[in-house]
Amino acid sequence: MRGSLRVLEIGNLRSAYGRIEVLKGISLEVRVGEVVALIGSNGAGKTTLLRALSGVQPITGGEISFLGERIERLPSHRRVARGILQSPEGRQIFGPLSVEDNLRLGAYLRRDNDIDEDREKIFGMFPMLKEKRSQLAGGLSGGQQQMLAIGRALMGKPKLLLLDEPSLGLSPVLIDQILAAIVSLRAAGVTVLLVEQNAAAALEIADRGYVIETGRIVHSGAASALLSDPKVKASYLGFE
Amino acid sequence: MPEFFQFLVSGLTVGAVYALVALGFTLVYSASDVVNFAQGEFVMLGGMVTVFVSTAGVPLPLAALIAVGVSIVIGLLLYWLAIAPARGASAISLIIITIGASIFLRGAAQIVFDKQFHKLPSFSGDTPVNLFGAAVQPQSFWVLGGAAVIVLLLYVFLERTLLGKAVLATAANRLAARLVGINTATIMALAFGGSAAIGGIAGILITPITLTSYDVGTQLALKGFAAAMLGGMGNPLGAVVGGLLLGSLEAFGAGYISSTYKDAFAFIVILVVLFTAPQGLFGRRAVERV
Ligand SMILES: Nc1ncnc2c1ncn2[C@@H]1O[C@H](COP(=O)(O)OP(=O)(O)O)[C@@H](O)[C@H]1O
Ligand SMILES: [Mg+2]
Repeated sequence: MRGSLRVLEIGNLRSAYGRIEVLKGISLEVRVGEVVALIGSNGAGKTTLLRALSGVQPITGGEISFLGERIERLPSHRRVARGILQSPEGRQIFGPLSVEDNLRLGAYLRRDNDIDEDREKIFGMFPMLKEKRSQLAGGLSGGQQQMLAIGRALMGKPKLLLLDEPSLGLSPVLIDQILAAIVSLRAAGVTVLLVEQNAAAALEIADRGYVIETGRIVHSGAASALLSDPKVKASYLGFE
Repeated sequence: MPEFFQFLVSGLTVGAVYALVALGFTLVYSASDVVNFAQGEFVMLGGMVTVFVSTAGVPLPLAALIAVGVSIVIGLLLYWLAIAPARGASAISLIIITIGASIFLRGAAQIVFDKQFHKLPSFSGDTPVNLFGAAVQPQSFWVLGGAAVIVLLLYVFLERTLLGKAVLATAANRLAARLVGINTATIMALAFGGSAAIGGIAGILITPITLTSYDVGTQLALKGFAAAMLGGMGNPLGAVVGGLLLGSLEAFGAGYISSTYKDAFAFIVILVVLFTAPQGLFGRRAVERV
């Protein structure tokens, strides 16, 4: 069993685009050292939830606690400073900047002396990035950009890493590589909230999971339990 | 041939000012997507404040420094009082806000200063230097040199410092910039303050040649905008090239064709660019947008 200290605790979180409510009271928690999968079909509200956690999407109600402190009123840069880093959907790398600059900007708020060392660790994890370190990020392939987006988030020394669809648009080989990277991150003690449409793959590597449907959590439990739950199987795991 | 060089030098001198105004447009646009039509007012402020402070007995270099300071403060106030509260408004609304701000600044200048034309003494005297048969005002070297130094400093800032890279990151992808912890509001304020400083300096450098008055900002904003469009809005190098090109075009047009239509060239440039190459000569620097 992983630690019982809660890294993240969300209570009754609500968010809307204009008058359309997209998160209708989400409650969930992530404990230290866990990989928690958040699965659900397209449009369920997964990206909106992660953006609300990072402070780049306004909320209309509810609370967010991070390491025991309320953070729902903090601006995005203060949340990053506390250790919430996100690799967003669609990668969102800094295209006109070099791979190295992208990684350096991931550590924008850090003032310690281990930044170069951490960059080398990320190069060790994704050797492809090292080869292309001085190239413009916009010229990388989709898979390489995804690795860069994850690497950039890791450069911020996350206490909680939010990953939004890291497998989107990647080949099966690359998906395996990304999932292996997440597993090794967990081994290194990083706490991860993983959003995936690729539910089976996410639950394979997660400790626990939540299923979100049109802005509400409809199932939750141990990843293995969700994997064998007939309702979850029918809706999210295809023919397995 | 001497007259060719004469036109070229005067074109590049005025063009350097257009380039600095265009650089201001580009800097603000990159960081915030705002097309700031009050950009020309900073040039006016730089010149006018220097004139009035130095007339009051303050030595010229100090007066110039004060003028740059005033420009920066007005630039920051413009951002904090008019642009930041309207965050999320449409591009058109924001443009109207900046046009309103420029009208306000012009009106305020007319009251605080006056409606006369004013001159500053040339920094290094008025004895023309002979260059390839053209008589060049020493002040031209100040304008061109000053512009070159500003461009160089801006380049070093953007490419060699973490804060500069944060500006580029904000320009490239605002969402991602916020996700790595960049306070994008600070970056926008920095862009407004920086472009105000650049405009103010341009106004100080050019006033000994072109004179200044409370209403010089309007024309300059238009010319700077045309130059920025010519170079591709959002591209610093394009802004510089666009400014020098527009200045030269005006000077040659006025010299060889007719000075009556000198100011029409900027309009023609805007129209031609809009119709043939909306991206400008150099396109946009940012490849990725959210
Ligand atoms: N910028 C937006 N403006 C309006 N509606 C949006 C916007 N972004 C997402 N939505 C809507 O919010 C809902 C949830 O979207 P999202 O959080 O992206 O879902 P997911 O990541 O689970 O696919 C969807 O119905 C989507 O259409
Ligand atoms: Mg999504």
